[in-house]
Amino acid sequence: MSTLLATAVGVLYATAIYLILRRSIVKLVIGLVLLSNAANLLIFTSSGLTRYAPPLIPEGASAVVDGIVADPLAQALILTAIVIGFGVLAFAVVLIHRAYEVVKADDMDQMKDTDT
Amino acid sequence: MNSAVALQTTLPILIPLIAGALSLVVWRSRQLQRGISVLGTGALLLASIWLLLSVYDNGIQVMYAGNWPAPFGIVLVADLLSSIMVLLTGITGLATAVYSLATISKKHEHYGYYPLMHLLLAGVNGAFLTGDIFNLYVWFEVMLVASFALLILGGERAQMEGAIKYVTLNLVSSAIFLSAIGLLYGLTGTLNMADLAVKLAEHQDNPMVQVVAMLFLMAFGIKAGAFPLFFWLPASYHTPRVAVSSLFAGLLTKVGVYALFRVFTLIFPLGDSLIRDLLLAMAGATMLVGVLGAAAQFEFRRILSFHIISQIGYMLMGLALYTPLAIIGGVFYIIHHIIVKSNLFLISGLVYRLQGSYDLKQLGGVWRSHPMIAVLFLIPALSLAGLPPLSGFFGKFIVIKAGVEAQHWWLVGIALLVGLLTLYSMIKIWAEVFWKAMPEGATAPAQQRGGTGLMVLTIVALATLTVLIGVAAEPVYKLAEYTAAQLLDSQSYIQSVMGVR
Repeated sequence: MSTLLATAVGVLYATAIYLILRRSIVKLVIGLVLLSNAANLLIFTSSGLTRYAPPLIPEGASAVVDGIVADPLAQALILTAIVIGFGVLAFAVVLIHRAYEVVKADDMDQMKDTDT
Repeated sequence: MNSAVALQTTLPILIPLIAGALSLVVWRSRQLQRGISVLGTGALLLASIWLLLSVYDNGIQVMYAGNWPAPFGIVLVADLLSSIMVLLTGITGLATAVYSLATISKKHEHYGYYPLMHLLLAGVNGAFLTGDIFNLYVWFEVMLVASFALLILGGERAQMEGAIKYVTLNLVSSAIFLSAIGLLYGLTGTLNMADLAVKLAEHQDNPMVQVVAMLFLMAFGIKAGAFPLFFWLPASYHTPRVAVSSLFAGLLTKVGVYALFRVFTLIFPLGDSLIRDLLLAMAGATMLVGVLGAAAQFEFRRILSFHIISQIGYMLMGLALYTPLAIIGGVFYIIHHIIVKSNLFLISGLVYRLQGSYDLKQLGGVWRSHPMIAVLFLIPALSLAGLPPLSGFFGKFIVIKAGVEAQHWWLVGIALLVGLLTLYSMIKIWAEVFWKAMPEGATAPAQQRGGTGLMVLTIVALATLTVLIGVAAEPVYKLAEYTAAQLLDSQSYIQSVMGVR
């Protein structure tokens, strides 16, 4: 399962970077979406996968839990990262929309005025 | 944990958050928002002075959120470096708030300028104070979202173009940072920085540690604007309002530098690693490329933006040399740089107010019409170039002396050459804007609004600070010395956070 997920993470990163390198700003934003999801999936994979064990500690359990329990912290991190990523990407979508209205082109090459 | 410590460490985050929330509540009233912005940043400055004094007297202060013991809960840790950075944030914040009163138009205020400014300050302070690596990521994002919105406030074409590059590269940096955190968590099972330092000491030989350290270097390198990752900075920093530029120039890249200092002294101590060689090379290239970029520019704020990059190189040099003296120099340089750089941007705004342009070719004759402003420009400009007895001289001197002691001759050579080229660049601005006669057919001055007095007031205050750091360099040096000692002695940080076992 880890191998499969690792491959998926790799493919996501590769696709994201490919899309970010394109000239179209729409593809750029899709690339950013994929990149943030790739990072989330990477946290999930690298913090260890636990099968059939929810991150729940039974009521009344002692400090040391018997049996296998999934790590809840990794999932909390991903949840936080998803929320943050969602907010930031919503901003990015509005930004490219406004940029398209102002520049009238879906092309990074038309946006070089501030470059040096 | 006593309540004074809890208050000291959280106030620098809480005050801007509360001020921001209050400005949202009084959204319709311009006057109240302006009042809150000055009061809020003023209170922030006082709180940060209180924090620094307390950390100076009592050592590292730790706040355990919700009273969870160290590796489990989130901690806020104020050591000397954090509290110095928080103090500098307070100073820049107050200066920007006062300056904004005179320069931010009604339109921009209605777009929510003040709440965003407070949110940015909260994010910056949170990043400085947190002792948890994932929490650092969260504060980075808080800061970034606020900076995105501030950058495009007004919606001009140049702002949109600059913002796309700024947003893209900073989001890529965040993704790299997040990936690094994920791998680090998989490796050690902890996120607390002090605990990470302990756990990673057992993983010395694991090649994965190098990979993660390299990812952190890339992520923070982008934020700090280090070579070759800086291209978002000169493309965007000259596009927003001057007050925003000044706030960004003073604080945002320095958050990246702070993160580099923190991560590479505490979590991955540099020692004689590949990363250190890489950082040394990056420092040299950053200094040189930044200053050469500035030499080619003829727009006031673009020149200053490129100089941010070259100055970052000096701070990185201080970190990369990794001797006690070099770290002292790096810290001293950060203190000097934040104040001087913000001030130079504020002056560019004042010149714009007087003559209606940022283009050096369109400007001229300020010396004749406003000699006092010309002198006010010279103080931070010469300080940036490193002329004694101003603050920049001591910063450069300490870093370069550390370089000589470590016998990194080529780096010392670059640092000296870059100092000279910085002087050239500042003289170019001086000659074009202040000395030469007003060019024929120059654009008419922008419409005169009141408030130049407030602008001059903030510039004078910051210039005075620059002179004070230069004249009273010894106490500042002492402070930097203690800071460097604290940074290099990671055991004391770990013990303060984890408790003595």
